[in-house]
Amino acid sequence: MQLYDMTISELSVLIKERKISAQELTRAYLQRIDEVEEQVGAFITRTDELAIQQAGEFDHNPVNKPLAGIPYGLKDNICTRGVRTTCASKMLGDFVPAYNARVAACLQDQQGILLGKLNLDEFAMGCSTETSAFKPTSNPWDLQRLAGGSSGGSAAAVAAGEVAYSLGTDTGGSIRQPAAYCGLVGLKPTYGLVSRFGAIANTSSLDQVGVITRDVWDCALVLNAIAGYDPQDGTSVKIDVPDYTADLSGDIKGLRIAYPREYFQNNTDTAIVEQVKRALHEYEQLGAIVEEVSLPYSEYALPAYYIISRAEASTNLARYDGVQFGLRDVKADNVADLYADSRAAGFGAEVKLRILLGSYVLSADYYETYYLKAMKARRLIHDDFTRVFENHDIIITPTTPTTAFQRDEFRSDLLNLYRNDILTVPVNMAGLPGMSVPCGFIDGLPAGMQLIGKPFKEKMLLNAALAFEQAHDYYKARPNLGGDR
Amino acid sequence: MNREYEIVVGLEVHVELKTKTKIFCSCSTEFGAEPNTQVCPGCAGFPGTLPVLNRKVVEYGIKTGLALNCEIAEMSRFDRKNYFYPDLPKAYQISQFYMPICKNGYLDIEVDGAKKRIGITRAHLEEDAGKLVHQGTITSTEYSLVDLNRGGMGLLEIVSEPDIRSAQEARAYLEKLRAVLLFAGVSDCKMQEGSLRCDANVSVRPRGQKELGTRVEIKNLNSFRALEKSIEYEASRQINAIEDGEELFQETRTWDEEKQVTRAMRSKEDAEDYRYFPDPDLAPVYVSQEWIAEVSASMPELPDQARQRLVNDCGLPDYDASILTLTPATLKFFDEAVTEYNQPKIVSNWIMGELNRLLNVNNMEIEDSRLVPGEMVKLLKLIDAGTISGKIAKTVFEEMFSTGKEPEQIIKEKGLVQISDEDTLKAMIDDIVAANPKVVEDYKNGKEKAFGFFVGQLMKATRGQANPAIVNKLLQERLSRE
Ligand SMILES: [Zn+2]
Repeated sequence: MQLYDMTISELSVLIKERKISAQELTRAYLQRIDEVEEQVGAFITRTDELAIQQAGEFDHNPVNKPLAGIPYGLKDNICTRGVRTTCASKMLGDFVPAYNARVAACLQDQQGILLGKLNLDEFAMGCSTETSAFKPTSNPWDLQRLAGGSSGGSAAAVAAGEVAYSLGTDTGGSIRQPAAYCGLVGLKPTYGLVSRFGAIANTSSLDQVGVITRDVWDCALVLNAIAGYDPQDGTSVKIDVPDYTADLSGDIKGLRIAYPREYFQNNTDTAIVEQVKRALHEYEQLGAIVEEVSLPYSEYALPAYYIISRAEASTNLARYDGVQFGLRDVKADNVADLYADSRAAGFGAEVKLRILLGSYVLSADYYETYYLKAMKARRLIHDDFTRVFENHDIIITPTTPTTAFQRDEFRSDLLNLYRNDILTVPVNMAGLPGMSVPCGFIDGLPAGMQLIGKPFKEKMLLNAALAFEQAHDYYKARPNLGGDR
Repeated sequence: MNREYEIVVGLEVHVELKTKTKIFCSCSTEFGAEPNTQVCPGCAGFPGTLPVLNRKVVEYGIKTGLALNCEIAEMSRFDRKNYFYPDLPKAYQISQFYMPICKNGYLDIEVDGAKKRIGITRAHLEEDAGKLVHQGTITSTEYSLVDLNRGGMGLLEIVSEPDIRSAQEARAYLEKLRAVLLFAGVSDCKMQEGSLRCDANVSVRPRGQKELGTRVEIKNLNSFRALEKSIEYEASRQINAIEDGEELFQETRTWDEEKQVTRAMRSKEDAEDYRYFPDPDLAPVYVSQEWIAEVSASMPELPDQARQRLVNDCGLPDYDASILTLTPATLKFFDEAVTEYNQPKIVSNWIMGELNRLLNVNNMEIEDSRLVPGEMVKLLKLIDAGTISGKIAKTVFEEMFSTGKEPEQIIKEKGLVQISDEDTLKAMIDDIVAANPKVVEDYKNGKEKAFGFFVGQLMKATRGQANPAIVNKLLQERLSRE
């Protein structure tokens, strides 16, 4: 097996036993990037020199930490001190933060090896990476298709073996959907478990930093490194964070699994529905109790999400006005034109659309009609989940209605593009942990199954995911991008 | 004018809270630092940074609320007020719009001896914006510089009910509010430095009419005087307009200090839609009954309580008490002096008289003066001992005020000791009487003025240092022998 196909835990053993140095491992990954990046397009910024330097420091003075010496990548909306952080926007094309995001600092503390910053939809607004100001990211399983988004670069890089794992952010499915499209494990933690400090905001009340890995165990390892209270984030929650790998056995006897009927209907490909239903059956055989439930208000999740996410985004992005941040239009001769021209030049179409919509729903005349109503719907969606969780431990659904789609497939059909998030959005709206795990292939493309948990019960999700993973080989499959196997 | 009009005023007062650090980051709030030296990525609105609420700011909010007799909200919340301006790096201000921390309070004021209660609608916490520095004026400048030192400092906006009926009442309200805030220790309240800022909503209506007239907001009021003058001006402008049959517009006007007029700034139609909504980066603020009790227990003496104490315990007239409780520094000066010199009325006279006069002349606050209460007490004791006369004491006091020297030293240096030695004075009186036989004649003929002449001559001869009581006694003795 090639180094670039291995999991963190496999690589970690090699590093610990000194079978390979961090520098050798890093060079192997850099070589892999050289080989496949042109086809995949996962990176916005490569940090080769920094990586080799970090690897050298580790080799010189090795520490015994689970992620030490392991090459990783960060979605390019996660601030990295001294390394350009663009949000895939012309607006921040040359923004070099003077600070690390909390999660970036966590991985640096682990002495992980940062290989670069990964592509995304502009300001994480999209589900295909097509809104990136730089390029779309291809799906390593089928280069004609997209990696999904908005954390498309984060998923494609892991799938293509360019990094061993990555971090992404998830506002309405932006980790789980690309993870599903690329055959990976993706976890969006409970809102408040992982600090948002330094993760450039899209929708503050929904954004959460999360993990994309090749298997469940790796996911637990990375979550261990980034979870926990951060005084720099006022929405970060003070809880005792468990060791997510401790007692992770895959024993799920007696686990009460719910599957909401609304998530298995109409819009979802029958092949995916079948696969998830088969998985549910397998869970039953493993000793779980599986029951159908109803989440009637989930129907309103998507429209309410449009309103809330656009509203918040419109003000989160207001600071990019050419005065302090962002591209500045120097030809403007008054401050109003400076704002207008800089923003017109710096933002892409999708971002502009969201700012317009968001400003509209927050305007005095429509605040009640749209924003307040959406907030009420959000409360109902949340209560729906709470009710189901009174009698169940986890909820299982498909992650996405389809497998990976092609470039420009939805060019003239934005609404259907948005529908891609229909199964993942309710989880963000309720602030719950959600996870996607590979559950098989359809016409050669990976499909994902979503596991939804109670707040801060990530461990239960990981354990359930592991149980399924242990029964299958899906997680071992790798796309064929050439190179030795 | 053929009708009588009533002026209706409500004030919006912004107070900078003097917590050590800003409201959402740990930058210093010290006034007067070099531009942009008290700034971090957070208060500069850098991408990815997040606000974290300074609990001290909330505590000050509670304290102010209690001092203003407000209800303290169990839950309050921060919203985003969205607008573009170069001194606002995030392009939104974090402010409690929908759910303020304080509501339904009041403040008792007094104008010409008449007491009145002014309602306080609400007081809410928010962050301050930065400051623009123009090269020249805002319209002529080639470019402007942004100083973010002030950006992100904690503010409390205190909104009164439209209960104020005159410019004097407005001034009395603002003065009283300032006193309360100073006593509570939540702000420096310096209008010059901008830590106390006031906007006035002014309207007029025919007396007896219930509905409020068209409201005009006046901005840029940098002094108590500006507040008073601008309200007077604006009210008469509105009355004249109505009398002339003109329609008034709801608008914002600015006070032109130079021309002493209000000028139109923007109309209601131009008013921005701030698109307020709850800031998702900040959890709601919960204030428990325990917290309120804790803050309440630590509340310092407030102006009204102090005034009561001065009247009841020190036996001062209410007027004296009202002046001495205008600022905590004045009260502190009084209290310290009285501790060492238990004659409250005399102390009060000196503070209200000489000290206030000198402060006014020098445009100073009591805390900036070099005079300390202990030194003033020494001076008072020197008067009592007869070392100097009350008149000379004023000269000494002025010297103490400007140099900070001890009274004894000044008296010694300037040779100002009172002459009480009877032999010395007798000799001088003999000389004067001998030199003025004609005046002695007048005296004997019953001209009272003649006695005053001799006193005057003696005082002149002693440069005012003769002990007046002794002079009187000796002079009478001497003249009776003629
Ligand atoms: Zn700061």
